[in-house]
Formats: sequence, structure tokens, C-alpha cells
Amino acid sequence: MSAPALAHVQTEYLALTRRRRIYGGLLLVVFVAMFISGFRIADSRNAGSFWQGLHQIGDFPADLIREAVEKAANLPGHMIRAFPALVETLNIALVATLLGCILGLLLSLAATRGLAYWPRLVPVARRVSDVFRAIPEIVIALVLIFVLGGGPVPAVIAIAIHTAGAMGKLFSEVNENVDLKPVEGLASVGANWSQRMWLGVIPQVAPNYMSYSLLRLEINIRASAILGFVGAGGIGYELRNAMTFGQGKFDQAAAIFLLLFATIVLVDQLSASLRHRLTHGAPA
Amino acid sequence: MLDVREVTKIFGRKAAVDRVSFRIDGPAFVGIIGRSGAGKSTLLRMMNGLTPATSGKILVEDRDILALRGTDARAWQSDCAMIFQQFNLVPRMDVVSNVLHGILNRRSTILTLFNLWSRADILRALAILDRLGIAEQAPKRAEALSGGQQQRVAIARALMQNPRIILADEPIASLDPMNAQIVMDTLKRINVEDGRMVIANLHTLDTARRYCDRVIGMRDGRVVFDGLPSQLTTGVARDIYGADASFNEAATSTAIPADHAADARYAATMLA
Repeated sequence: MSAPALAHVQTEYLALTRRRRIYGGLLLVVFVAMFISGFRIADSRNAGSFWQGLHQIGDFPADLIREAVEKAANLPGHMIRAFPALVETLNIALVATLLGCILGLLLSLAATRGLAYWPRLVPVARRVSDVFRAIPEIVIALVLIFVLGGGPVPAVIAIAIHTAGAMGKLFSEVNENVDLKPVEGLASVGANWSQRMWLGVIPQVAPNYMSYSLLRLEINIRASAILGFVGAGGIGYELRNAMTFGQGKFDQAAAIFLLLFATIVLVDQLSASLRHRLTHGAPA
Repeated sequence: MLDVREVTKIFGRKAAVDRVSFRIDGPAFVGIIGRSGAGKSTLLRMMNGLTPATSGKILVEDRDILALRGTDARAWQSDCAMIFQQFNLVPRMDVVSNVLHGILNRRSTILTLFNLWSRADILRALAILDRLGIAEQAPKRAEALSGGQQQRVAIARALMQNPRIILADEPIASLDPMNAQIVMDTLKRINVEDGRMVIANLHTLDTARRYCDRVIGMRDGRVVFDGLPSQLTTGVARDIYGADASFNEAATSTAIPADHAADARYAATMLA
């Protein structure tokens, strides 16, 4: 390149760097300002003060742990008693995750540009999953409990709808990163849409789908426990009783927390080994 | 300058590189040939420190670089640039930023995080890009460039490191013949003009014969040939590749033949 041309490239690029730095700096200033003002608004609207309440933050866990340690002998008994409720919570979570993921898969295929069967309906599918995702589970559950009465069915429907919305979004993002070459290869032999999806897309995305679904299962176990608080049954109901009865019952609450924690760890371990098998094949 | 002694790499129960020894004095252009799975890439990756060796030593000025850890190992890596078959650039960043990545070893994390580079470094990166003939691509994203251009960006990144040794792992395997020649000419120029040692894994014999001062042939992890390119006869090549008499390198050669008479006649009839 001639010397003047190179000089031109140099000045252009240095100007570009300067512009980028100014934008970056401005963004940083805006971010810090928003952070500070947001924190101040939250602090002023708070019933108490954040700084005055800060030292009390550990009081409840400390009470709970102290009591649980004192009555450690009771813990296994409480756990055995709470176990059937845990099974109910797990069942709610499993059924809701399965239904939600199937619906989410269909939504995601309809919502991905380049894969959708009806490309014109891509925005519709996206908005549907937005709506599903926007309504909190607890709102759907409360409405359904009002209509259908308490029990696990409203909880399953509520969690499944939220899961379908979330998975529709996550799966379609996975779909967008899919390598379209196998799909093109299958199209070249005359495969129809469902064949192309089943053989060209699903094998590529299955490990990702699986890991998102398993993560969602963990989230749903927690969600179904929370729904127990509003009358959907399961371990949440037990936990609410133990916590609202207050001091003297904290050993029960601790037992339930421990059960939930153990369940989440178990699901996490299980999903990790499953995912490993999916991506690297079964151990020889 | 570079003394490789009994270097071995074992994956599972298989030796990918099996007691390889050779010595290179001064800034030579060395080609390593052999079929896929012969251990060429593993050997280069061990020299750079991307793959730890199972045993052996690589001495550079009486220092065993295989024994280096942490900061020392990274300092060695900045002194020993690597060029990859698939370029291994950051696709979403612009060309100059990719070149500037060559001096990451000398920079703090916080400056890197905010992408702050000194004016002198930017001008140096642009000068290197100009030397390789791609300065006008400077503000583009790396992913927007053709394969040959991307490989030249990767070479520019290597030059930014100001290394003593450049390792090139199949630098032209993903390129068409024209771009392959540009990239190999560039590497040769760096070797001759700057006096930097270049070690390149190659998979075409004609490239090895044309550019290298010395050729090392590997088969099943072992060195089976070490000599001048002129000694690389078809018989020797058959040994290196473990091929039988039906092996004919012209069948897959990417060299554009020097004799154009026949082609010209054919082209004339096609163009008529």
C-alpha cells in the first residue's frame, strides 16, 4: 500500500478507536449513574433502611440453624414424615417439565427463522412464548386454584405454561445456532420438513435441549415447592406450616430445607452424568 | 537454538509422538510431513505448550521449555507464535484487535477488559498488516474476511508477538492454491527477511520441496526421515506415508503445472 493510503487507514482507524472509547466511557458513566440512583430509590422506598437492616440479615438463618442443631435428633423423623410431600412436589415438577418442554419444543421450531414450517407465523409463535413466559406461575396457579380447587393439577398447569414459554425461547436460541448443512443435505435427498427436523436438527440440539430441560426441572422443583405455599400441596405446604408456626418448629423447617437441598444436588448430579453420556457417548 | 530430545506424548495407551529427537540451529524453514495422525500437530502443540508432553525435553538456549509452568510458560508462548489450520481468530472482533492480541502476554487484564491499546501498538499492528498487504481490511470484522486473508491476519498476530519461532500447523490446508501460495510466500519472507525460525506441518510434498530448507518426515509418531528437500524422492515419500507402489503424488498435487502449452490449447478451444 502507498504511504498516503496507509496514512489514511491509520487516521481512520485511530479515529474509530477514539469514537469507540468515547461511547464505551459514556456507557460506563450511564451504567454507574443508573446503578447508584436505582439503589438510592430502592433504599428510600424500603420500609426500613437497607444499612440499618443489614446486620439483621443473618438472624433468621441463625435461629433456624441453632434450633435445628439443638434438636438434631428430631431431623430424621421430620424428614421421613415430609417425604411423601416431597414425592408429590417432585411429581408436579416432573410432569410440568415434560409437558412444558414438549410444548416449548414445538413453539421453538415454529419460532426459529430458517427452520419454521410457516415462516410468516414466526413472530406469532414468539409472542405466544413471550406471553407464556410473562405471566408468573403463581398468578396462573392462584386463578386455577380458585376455579379448580386446591391440589397438584393447577400447579402442573401453571408450571407447564411458564416452562413452555421459557423453553420456547431457550430452544429457539439453540436452534438459531444450529449448523444448517445437515438440513441442506437432507433437503437435497428430498426429505420433508418433519424428517429434516427430526434427523438434521434434533440430533444437533438434543444435548443442549437436555441440559436446559434438566436445569428447568431443578427450577420447577423449587417452583412447585413455592406453589405449595398457596395451596397446591406438596412440600411447600409443609414448609409454610413449619415456618409460620415460628420458633419451636424450626427443626421441621430445617429438615425440609435439607430435603430440598439434597433433592436439588441429586438432580444436578444426575443431569450432569446424563448430559455427559449424551455428548460423549456411553462409557465403553 | 532448538533441541528436541526424546519427546513423547501418550494418549491413553497409544503413543501419538514417540521419542522424537532433532536439533535445529539458526533460523531455518523446517517442514514436517506425514499422513494424518502421524503426530505432527501434537508435536507442534507440545512445542508451544498447548499440549503437555508425557516425557522428554525441548531445550531452547539450555532451558527446558516443557518444564515451564504458569507465567514462565505463558512468556515462552508469547515468544513462540502458533498459526493454525482454521486460523483461530476471534471472529467478531476487528482485524486490528485480532493482531493486537499478539501482545496480550505483556498486558494487564484490566486494560484488556476495556480494550485500551496504546497508539504506538495500534500503529505497529497497522504497519504489520500493511507489510502483509491487508491494511485496507483493518476495521473489518475477522469473520468477514476470506480464508487467505484471515490466515494473513493470523500471521500478523504472530508477528505482533515478535517471536523467535513461528509454528504453523497445516497453515494452508483450508486454502485454495492461490491463497496457499500467498500464505507460504509470506511465511518464507518472514523467515528470510526477519531471520525467524519457521516450523510448518505440511500435507503436500511439492510445498515442502519448494519452501523448506529441511524436511522431517513422521510416521506413527516417529521420525522416519530427516534431510534436505532434494532427498525427498517418491520412494522416500512412499515410506513416510506408508503407501505402496500405486502412490502417485501428482494425482492430488495442488501445484499449478509450469507447462501451460496443453492447457492453453484446451482453454482456447473452450473460449472460442
